[in-house]
Amino acid sequence: MKKVSVSFTLNGNTVTAEVPVTWTLLKTLREYFELTGAKEGCGVGECGACTVILDGEAVNSCLCPIPEVEGKSVTTIEGLANEDGTLHPLQEAFLKNNGVQCGFCTSGMLMSSKALLDQNPDPTEDDIRTSIAGNFCRCTGYVQIVESIEMAAKESK
Amino acid sequence: MPDHLFVGKSVPRTIEADKVTGKAVYIDDLKRPGMLYGKILYSNHAHARIKSIDISKAKQLEGVRTVLTGQDIPDVRVGFLKDQTVLKKDVVRQYRDEVAAVAAISPEIAEEAISLIKVEYEKLPAVFDPFEAMKQESPLVHEIDARGRPLKSNILPLPWKFETGDMEQAREDSVYTSKDTVSTTWVNQCCMGTSGCIAEFDQNSNLTLYDQTNVIFGHIGRITEYFSQIGLRGKKIRVVNPVVGGSFGTKLDTDIYEFIAIQLALKTKKPVRILFDREEEFQALPPRQPAVFTIEQGCDKEGKLIFRHCEAILDNGAYTSWGATTPSVMMMPMSSLYRVPNVYFKATCVYTNNIYAQAMRGYGNPQATFAVETSMDTLAEEAGIDPAEFRLINRNRPGDQTPMKLKITSCGLEECIKAVKEKLNWDEKQGKQNGRGVGMASLIHVAGGARVTKSDGHGIMIKLDEYGHVDVIESGTDQGQGSPTVISQIVAEALGVRPEDVFLTFGDTALALWDAGTHASRHTFMAGNAAIGACAKAKRQILEMAVEQMPKIIKMGLKRKKRKDPEFVEPDLDFGLIANPEDLDIRDRMIFPKKEPDHPYFNLPLAQILQNGLLVGTGQSKVVMAEEFYDPPTEMLNWEMKGNLSMTYAFGASGVEVEVDEQTGEVKILNLIAAHDVGKAMNPTLLLGQIYGAAYTGVGYGLTEEIKVRNGRVMNPSFRDYQMLTAMDVVPIEVVIIEPIDEAGPYGAKGVGEPGLVPTAPAIANAVYDAVGVRITDLPITPEKILTALKEKK
Ligand code: FES
Ligand code: FES
Repeated sequence: MKKVSVSFTLNGNTVTAEVPVTWTLLKTLREYFELTGAKEGCGVGECGACTVILDGEAVNSCLCPIPEVEGKSVTTIEGLANEDGTLHPLQEAFLKNNGVQCGFCTSGMLMSSKALLDQNPDPTEDDIRTSIAGNFCRCTGYVQIVESIEMAAKESK
Repeated sequence: MPDHLFVGKSVPRTIEADKVTGKAVYIDDLKRPGMLYGKILYSNHAHARIKSIDISKAKQLEGVRTVLTGQDIPDVRVGFLKDQTVLKKDVVRQYRDEVAAVAAISPEIAEEAISLIKVEYEKLPAVFDPFEAMKQESPLVHEIDARGRPLKSNILPLPWKFETGDMEQAREDSVYTSKDTVSTTWVNQCCMGTSGCIAEFDQNSNLTLYDQTNVIFGHIGRITEYFSQIGLRGKKIRVVNPVVGGSFGTKLDTDIYEFIAIQLALKTKKPVRILFDREEEFQALPPRQPAVFTIEQGCDKEGKLIFRHCEAILDNGAYTSWGATTPSVMMMPMSSLYRVPNVYFKATCVYTNNIYAQAMRGYGNPQATFAVETSMDTLAEEAGIDPAEFRLINRNRPGDQTPMKLKITSCGLEECIKAVKEKLNWDEKQGKQNGRGVGMASLIHVAGGARVTKSDGHGIMIKLDEYGHVDVIESGTDQGQGSPTVISQIVAEALGVRPEDVFLTFGDTALALWDAGTHASRHTFMAGNAAIGACAKAKRQILEMAVEQMPKIIKMGLKRKKRKDPEFVEPDLDFGLIANPEDLDIRDRMIFPKKEPDHPYFNLPLAQILQNGLLVGTGQSKVVMAEEFYDPPTEMLNWEMKGNLSMTYAFGASGVEVEVDEQTGEVKILNLIAAHDVGKAMNPTLLLGQIYGAAYTGVGYGLTEEIKVRNGRVMNPSFRDYQMLTAMDVVPIEVVIIEPIDEAGPYGAKGVGEPGLVPTAPAIANAVYDAVGVRITDLPITPEKILTALKEKK
């Protein structure tokens, strides 16, 4: 299969991937870089489990063809914690407030909400719900996820 | 009650930090050296004879390692009633029937190979309606049973029947009666992590199955039996659980894809992973079973229930998994939700050419409770009694023994119903039928284990190292409910350490003792009790060690002090205070005499005792290790379907206020109150999460969710078309926790995993009736159904 070489910034590092041209960003992250935090919950853009941040926007990486990532900046769940290993306030809040249960949706939830807080540090409940509208969760009923994001927003101030 | 350091506190889920950093390894993320990717070809007919299968092209595709059909593997029957084979070679009986499988070096190649397989079918007459299927002239889904005997009917040989009292007399004695027919539909568990496993054989043909299951030991019996018929008798099976991306009942049985992975691994001598995609998850995963109930109840003048009579028809689909056993759980609300002396319940499972069913959170209880609670409302109306009052009159009480012989120990149902009434402002709002309405429903569920297999046990092993780290080998699984946190709280409390000192290993049959499975809301109750028992034994070992070591350490310390400071006057210490293990205790990592907990000299760190006591020297070194196998004194149901199968039962009530738009039929939930008797809230924040999540799934069950099956085919196999709630579906929900402290529970706790789901849908249905005067008896309550009903009413 025809391969492409794509260079981009991944969690702060410059990287180059040589992968089949048909691969998505999700597949490249999981298979080429072995960053398995982003999950495939549907593969067709309907569940949000694969959410990463691409140039500041939360996107479904399962829908993103790898050639389109050339020159861009990608942040995944593996790049969310601080360099010294301490957790991001969102991660802390999810643990503290039970925003995570089985955890399968969690990477996507965290990346969607990180993109939100980066753009809007003082979101309303409605802003929060809108930001994770594309992220399905079967475990939590979203209640404690929304609360966790609120908690993190407050804490980050 | 002594005050607890950790139990009852909202300890954060720090122990699961891997889940917020992307480090947690799910089956999707797990790879084994040389691993191949398996893929399954499903039937595209509901009922057909396989005329031929051509796999030649698929076999030739580069990267394909094997292609299997029913001709290539032993013709062995599997499943609950042994009514199917792993790969179907003659007849397919449903759309999802597995007809061939491929293992290849990449998922893409496996997928391509599947598309190259050509199957020729000859269509057979099919039946999709269980009522049709029961008729004499209906086509047979199965012509023979597991033993090769001819079958004459599509009705399963599983007669679920419960009878108590004198029905004829009861009908005569009733002043008011009601009769309703209600039905529920297929619902997908919608785990965010799809089903998957990796099968791997070692050189001696022993199997390791990495698997998403929540019943690790359940696989062993079923696969052992399968092995004995395919030439692998006596081989060892180890089941290892990666992090589980949700379960909700899906992983109770050994599914066909698991047997297929085993066959592919056997054939290729490589580890093989099968991982469902979402479409497969919707089409090929057995969902919650649909049922139709005809329920009658009668009560006396005062509103006391006299009888309940119910017949249920369950669409079994083409094969039998645990779905067919859900009537055993339906029997619980049917016989025991509210006091009712005369009960008749009969459930008939019928083969059709539809998809077959499994378990889902609540295991039959949500369906049955929908029937009972619909009937409670119609009978209350018949009797002219307020529905809440009617429920209070008939509520279960502590000390009751129900017709099913369930022994009700603690019971907070009264408090739950009253809480719902108060929070909803019931008396003011009920009965207006002005577009807004309130409704409620209650529940009973097992909450202290469920003896559905001979052993309902749970084993735990614990050991301590010389640094005070506590290893706990759990025999259950965690599928997201938060057990790592809750069990670490219990161990910390019971042993006297901190939650962060506790390290848990879940889900590995090679390490763990035995467990009946993380189902039936039983894990915290069973594992909690086992952990308390194991901790008591380990603690005893530590305290015996402390009796030996403490005086030595203390005397040595005094000597050292004296050496450093000649002025130091040695105190006159009463070593009698620490002479017996019974006199000592451990709390927050410190060992001390019970009589003088703050004694200035007799307070030593646990780790210090362990260091001195474990690694002693020639012939004297020790380990601290303890196990406890907790198997409570409960009963399996007898032939009359009676028996106290759980140590305790959970009760609860849901109350809902809705607004119904009579133009669009849209239902808006203004308020949802979920009041639950939980025994004791072990970790209030985590407990809320269980109830929120379950209640939300219940709202979906009530209003939106449905696998649309038309002529046997799933028409909406995607999240886009299957309407699971999103974060935009705001349901204002308030949880009320009632804590009656159950004597049998660990620190008083009862199981809570499923109850939140059970009463939600009927409460919504009852609220819709209260709002606009139409009763929707067929889940889900869609706008179309409401509009149709409103039109009929006019
Ligand atoms: S996996 Fe990308 S949206 Fe579901
Ligand atoms: S935590 Fe399980 S799907 Fe969200």
